[in-house]
Amino acid sequence: MSLLEVEGLSVRFDTDDGPVHAVDQLSFMLADGEVLGVVGESGCGKSVSFMSLLRLLPETASVSGTARFDGIDLLASSNARLRAIRGRRIAFVFQEPMTSLNPAFKVGNQIGEVLRRHLSLSRADARRRTIELLDLVRIPSAERRVDEYPHQLSGGMRQRVMIAMALACDPKILIADEPTTALDVTIQAGILDLMRDIRERLGTAIVLITHNLGVVADVADRVLVMYAGRKVEEAPVHDLFARPQHPYTVGLLGAVPRPGSGRLQEIPGRVPSLAELPKACAFAPRCPRADQLCHAQVPELREIEARHLVACFHPGTHAEAA
Amino acid sequence: MGFVDATSTLINPRARRRRLLRKRFLRRPLAIVGLVVALTFITCAIFAPVIAPYSASATDFNALLAHSSRHHLLGTDELGRDVLSRILWGARASIEAGVFSTLLAMAVAVPIGIIAGYYRGWIDAVIARLTDVLLAFPFLIVAVGLAAILGPSLTNATIALGIGAVPALIRVARGEALALREEDYVRAAVANGASDLRILIRHVLPNMLSTLIVQATVAIPAAIIGEAVLSFLGLGVQPPTPSWGVMLADAQSYLSQAPRLAVYPGIAIFLCSLSFNLLGDGLRDIFDPRTTR
Repeated sequence: MSLLEVEGLSVRFDTDDGPVHAVDQLSFMLADGEVLGVVGESGCGKSVSFMSLLRLLPETASVSGTARFDGIDLLASSNARLRAIRGRRIAFVFQEPMTSLNPAFKVGNQIGEVLRRHLSLSRADARRRTIELLDLVRIPSAERRVDEYPHQLSGGMRQRVMIAMALACDPKILIADEPTTALDVTIQAGILDLMRDIRERLGTAIVLITHNLGVVADVADRVLVMYAGRKVEEAPVHDLFARPQHPYTVGLLGAVPRPGSGRLQEIPGRVPSLAELPKACAFAPRCPRADQLCHAQVPELREIEARHLVACFHPGTHAEAA
Repeated sequence: MGFVDATSTLINPRARRRRLLRKRFLRRPLAIVGLVVALTFITCAIFAPVIAPYSASATDFNALLAHSSRHHLLGTDELGRDVLSRILWGARASIEAGVFSTLLAMAVAVPIGIIAGYYRGWIDAVIARLTDVLLAFPFLIVAVGLAAILGPSLTNATIALGIGAVPALIRVARGEALALREEDYVRAAVANGASDLRILIRHVLPNMLSTLIVQATVAIPAAIIGEAVLSFLGLGVQPPTPSWGVMLADAQSYLSQAPRLAVYPGIAIFLCSLSFNLLGDGLRDIFDPRTTR
């Protein structure tokens, strides 16, 4: 039974230099309690897709498609209805923990605000629950931290506070947009550990947006690889790492640093401009397997084994010599 | 800088912040002078009936245009009224006009500016252009015009000065809101389902307060001078009620015989507005996060 079902999601930004097709016909599902990793390089539309679901994008974005969540279409809902869902049923954690907290208020009040707004808790109840939440995200001496201001917390702690805030109303889905990117490695591990813990203890479905394949391998159940606004591959995490099919995925895996393996394999070329919808495979200019077909047609997604989708004319696990 | 010390977590954070601001404030002698002088004027205004040696309109016909003496520390004017007493009473009009016109201007300008800056779009375009047009008129011209329309009285002068100060404040509030709307915590609040009103009141307004406080300390002296000008022109406080502007106007006719009649209220206006300006400069420095001292 899927919790969230997205069909044909497209996002277009109308800029002064003409339209930019940030996301093109994206479809995916998210099951209850599942951790979905979304990977791709900067600008591939991974953040934009998920922000568009809750209408968090600037007004220059036009969004089409459907997103079924709990019997309603998020993309067709009124603002008032979305406000009741944001933070309550679907919560967001952003990349920048250093600036995502209001410097003028104690962290406890900021978490409490969400509780009081969505769950109508009293001041005292909100405070009690806030301390519980800070405990849950493993902030030491939560009773004291509750009364501190953001500038008194470290980056890792602030990210924990953001996660606590996101979890405040026990959401069905937690969307974490690069939650560890701004943090150093030891703190990263702690945050990922926390994510796993949350899923196990609360059964929250998590969408983990990242460009770090290591993070995905660590916590995700299923992975969605995006390139230039489209989904190019989707598979259970083990299948993806064991048998990547799309040359872009293969390239990404080749670009993961491993100790002692010498020079990193890079993917040649640059991300294509998104100014117009592609008439061919967007990856073709950078792809070692590209032939005439790739430059003439857009490859459709096909299921090449159970639950393993790939959008490529020449799928295969082999890495090419660059 | 020694911002986060080892004991930081043991002390109430708000108290710490207050202590830091106080420490910075105490390092600025000019700001302290400004605060003390401003407070002195405010005290004089409030307690004028108690402090002033004479009533503001009591005449002493034995001492017309008298020089300073034991009885009249700053001398008397052409009707034998005690100049010191009139200056003390006159502080009431100045402080009243300064403070209330600024409060009025804030009450009008801040919501408009925040809405324009936060929502952008056509509403911002309309408000911003309108503000630009109004700003093209000098503050005093607007205030004089409005006071003339409203009719001469201290209340009307205060209203006129308040309205005159609105466009500049709208611009400040709008600028702050423009910057704050891009803050990640505003984005995070949206993602957590906060309503627009809540975001404006909880996230935007509190973070612009320090700027607004500094702006107020600039607007108050401008309004004090404005009140003096309006009263001087007969558009503000009406004689015999004392006001520094009225005193200056009266002093004109005696400028050659008793220039002190113009000098004393002039000094009062100068000191009073300067004190608020110095205080404002100091506050701006201590609220500025780049300040390290």
